[in-house]
Amino acid sequence: MTMSAFFIIAVLLLGFLIVFQIAKASEYVAVLKGEKKTFEQNNRINGFLLLAFLILGLIGVYWCNALLKPKILGEAASDHGQKIDSMLYITLVITGIVFVLTQVLLFWFAFKYQYKENRKAFYFPHNNKLELIWTVIPAITLTILVGFGLYYWFKITGDAPKDAMTVEITGKQFAWIYRYPGKDNTFGKKYYKNINEAQSNQLGLLWDDPASHDDIVTTEALYLVKGQPVKLVINSRDVVHDVGLSHFRMKMDAVPGTPTTMWFTPLYTTEEMKQKTNNPNFEYEISCDQMCGKGHYSMKGIIKVVSQSDFILWRAKQKANYVQAFPEKDPATAAPAPAADSTKSTKPAADSAATAKK
Amino acid sequence: MSNEAILHGSEVSTHEAHHDGHGEHHHHETFISKYVFSMDHKMIAKQFLITGIIWAILGGLMSVLFRLQLGFPDTTFPWLENILGHWAKGGKIQPEFYYALVTMHGTVLVFFVLTAGLSGTFANFLIPLQIGARDMASPFMNMLSYWFFFISSVVMISSLFIQTGPASGGWTSYPPLSALGDASIGSKTGMDLWLIAMALFVVSSLLGGLNYISTILNMRTKGMSMTRLPLTVWALFFTAVLGVLSFPVLLSGFILLLFDRHAGTSFYLSDIFLASTQKALPNEGGSAILYQHLFWFLGHPEVYIILLPAMGMVSEVMSTNARKPIFGYMAMVGSIFAITILAFLVWAHHMFVTGLNPFLGSFFVLLTLLIAVPSAIKVFNWLTTLWRGNIRFTPAMLFAIGFVSLFISGGLTGIWLGNSSLDIHLHDTYFVIAHFHIVMGVASFFGMFCGVYHWFPKMYGRYLNNTMGYIHFWITIVGAYLIFWPMHYEGLAGMPRRYLDYSGWASFNQFGGLNHFISIVSIIVFAVQLLFVFNFFYSIFKGRRVKSENPWGSNTLEWTTPIHPGHGNWVGEIPEVHRWAYDYGKDGREFIPQTEPISANESEHH
Ligand code: HEM
Ligand SMILES: [Cu+2]
Ligand SMILES: [Cu+2]
Repeated sequence: MTMSAFFIIAVLLLGFLIVFQIAKASEYVAVLKGEKKTFEQNNRINGFLLLAFLILGLIGVYWCNALLKPKILGEAASDHGQKIDSMLYITLVITGIVFVLTQVLLFWFAFKYQYKENRKAFYFPHNNKLELIWTVIPAITLTILVGFGLYYWFKITGDAPKDAMTVEITGKQFAWIYRYPGKDNTFGKKYYKNINEAQSNQLGLLWDDPASHDDIVTTEALYLVKGQPVKLVINSRDVVHDVGLSHFRMKMDAVPGTPTTMWFTPLYTTEEMKQKTNNPNFEYEISCDQMCGKGHYSMKGIIKVVSQSDFILWRAKQKANYVQAFPEKDPATAAPAPAADSTKSTKPAADSAATAKK
Repeated sequence: MSNEAILHGSEVSTHEAHHDGHGEHHHHETFISKYVFSMDHKMIAKQFLITGIIWAILGGLMSVLFRLQLGFPDTTFPWLENILGHWAKGGKIQPEFYYALVTMHGTVLVFFVLTAGLSGTFANFLIPLQIGARDMASPFMNMLSYWFFFISSVVMISSLFIQTGPASGGWTSYPPLSALGDASIGSKTGMDLWLIAMALFVVSSLLGGLNYISTILNMRTKGMSMTRLPLTVWALFFTAVLGVLSFPVLLSGFILLLFDRHAGTSFYLSDIFLASTQKALPNEGGSAILYQHLFWFLGHPEVYIILLPAMGMVSEVMSTNARKPIFGYMAMVGSIFAITILAFLVWAHHMFVTGLNPFLGSFFVLLTLLIAVPSAIKVFNWLTTLWRGNIRFTPAMLFAIGFVSLFISGGLTGIWLGNSSLDIHLHDTYFVIAHFHIVMGVASFFGMFCGVYHWFPKMYGRYLNNTMGYIHFWITIVGAYLIFWPMHYEGLAGMPRRYLDYSGWASFNQFGGLNHFISIVSIIVFAVQLLFVFNFFYSIFKGRRVKSENPWGSNTLEWTTPIHPGHGNWVGEIPEVHRWAYDYGKDGREFIPQTEPISANESEHH
């Protein structure tokens, strides 16, 4: 490796030396040939290169698209994602036209109006009509884009439908924690000073609050139901993170102290995506999209989109966080007594001890 | 202060008579007063430029290092360990160091190179020369401005050498990450040094900015009305206004952050439990988002602080070399003005997905897309300036044309990002990286190169080598597009920025080959910048000599000074101005300098 580093440096130095010699020599040649002649020659070469750059550049843009488009995740996997993709195509068409038009004019003018001995530049300091045209046309175009954009924006950020399932997702350095409300469909209260990882309380749930007793807390994966809207309540335990869902085209920051929300409807199960993408290892991934420290690049979560019935099966297998914290309270292993129903507000003394003030 | 007072200090006399040989041999200059604590705006400009070049090399080198990691995630480079020690244990850049590198790279290039290096150089150099002043309104403050920048640089560099390393929370340094040493090693002493360096930087930039504004408003020579100012000066004026109004807000944000770090306050902190210490912090009620508002209230104007000087120089160089007036002078001034106003009203487009109220967000969408209108006007005016010109492709002119191309490409992707619904998907991905490197990073560098190639003869009385200039331009523009264009696709796939290794991600690891390619191109482009640096220093001493006062056949006042202007710029009286700066190709004459009175039979206009 050191050898090749040395080699690269040697090549670079040699390159420098050659370029320098050529550059120096060209200066002497210029003196011999006369400045005017040299200037005209350089001008022609650069004029030609500008045109070549335009043509090769446009071909390059096309080619790059052909090469890379297949790599950009395919069809959006959520309803909102589909809206964002349509917005994307509208914007692409409009900006694409402007791009080609202006770049062509730029390089074409540069080439066409390059210095010619007998050409006189046209004294054209201003023209109100032209200037009005190119103020009004962009203004109208942008109004159209703003119109579409805000239409989708309000749809996406509007209130979640009533039947949405609510899941809480919490970022920490450097992992994701998911919480489901359990059978009572209410999240138990929590307080960050109660967090105690040694006692299996990653979120600081308040065991005083009976609603917390059936809450399911997991770090395994976020299970969602195909076709059912989901509302994510997003939290952070330490620094700012971001729930990035590239297949769903969704994203929202996780801010400590200020919960945020986002909702969408997954359209395809993970299994269906495996087939759609021809990739047996396909997973929906949650990427952390906000710089959060040294493990930021590896802060991954997995989303499993499943059918309604699979979801019910999965949930039935989960142990409530309360039970994980107090294994002796597990209805399955403890006394045959009629299970510690989460709606009952009987609290063992041990709970109160473990629960801090508030 | 009048022009006379500036050079004479208290011995100023109010009489009308001017001394001949003005400024040429008035001071007994020592090495220290001429090259170190200089109060000559031209020397201060060179100090900013050379310091900026050194910073650019360092900042560029950092990007080469982290591109090595990104392009070759599975390779080890034992020589890195030799240079960097434990930061590159086993020849691999460690995550903490990777993040320190990207943070320093961003900070250095945004602030130290493209703000101080660019505005500092050209505002200092061009304002007095182009408005017809002997120096800045306060040469002393001007000198302080440079030395605050210098001290700030020293502090920033020193943070590279401390045990816990430099700041590593990104150039935006969002708290709580940046507030808590236990959350990240870079948020220990490195972050304090970063904040101190930035505070000194703000002081430098305010001293400079106030000076630029008062010089432009008060010290124009006779006949130089505001509407006769070259566009460079207009651009530098609005740049200074942006800086003066927004940097203090940034400073306030930093001070609150310092309090949170050391005084136990909770401006930005709330509900925090740190995994590294397994402890809950006492802070409650703060808002992490507050910092982002304060930061972007500067942060967005900052991008225009970087861009406007480039736009001004490009306008000037383009008109000069197309041998044609800049098209729509008043529209150009008006659009810079509009951009300046709007720049203060769009900051929250960086925060669409922070939980910002969607209704509020919609206003920021509208205002953000509104900025595209003055931007479009500028582009069309540049295109029309080229139309039916008689164009000379000097290296400066090529960089000016390249600038417009890049500004179009990067400006258009701004329209994507400004639309909040698209930004949901694109925020914090490589799409943003592509957008701002093209429109701000590379474009402003092009503006800076354009300025250096064009005004080097005025700075040093010699030319840069043309052939090296052409090679520099062509490899840089091709390379810049090869590096940043494909990044849009990575962004469209949702590939997040600030990751040092994507191989663990099923969604993003398809870009391994592309990252490899980008890294190789960026190393080549970096090497070519070194060629430019070599050309620069070599030509200061050995370049072809400038033989005439006005080598480009230009109209503006700086070309009426001697080839090697002394402190005071003009020998004898400052010339009077009779017309705008853009009478190129008028009445069949190639150019008519601003100093030439309007003749009786001249055709109408301006
Ligand atoms: C047509 C005009 C433009 C529009 C509509 C626009 C819009 C935006 C938006 C919405 C973002 C935030 C993207 C995100 O983080 O998700 C952004 C980022 C950025 N823009 Fe622009 N932009 C425009 C022109 C410019 C110009 C002219 C510059 C610089 C000279 C610039 C520099 C930047 C920078 C530096 C960032 C990223 C900062 C960061 O997150 O680190 N933009 N732009
Ligand atoms: Cu993160
Ligand atoms: Cu912005």
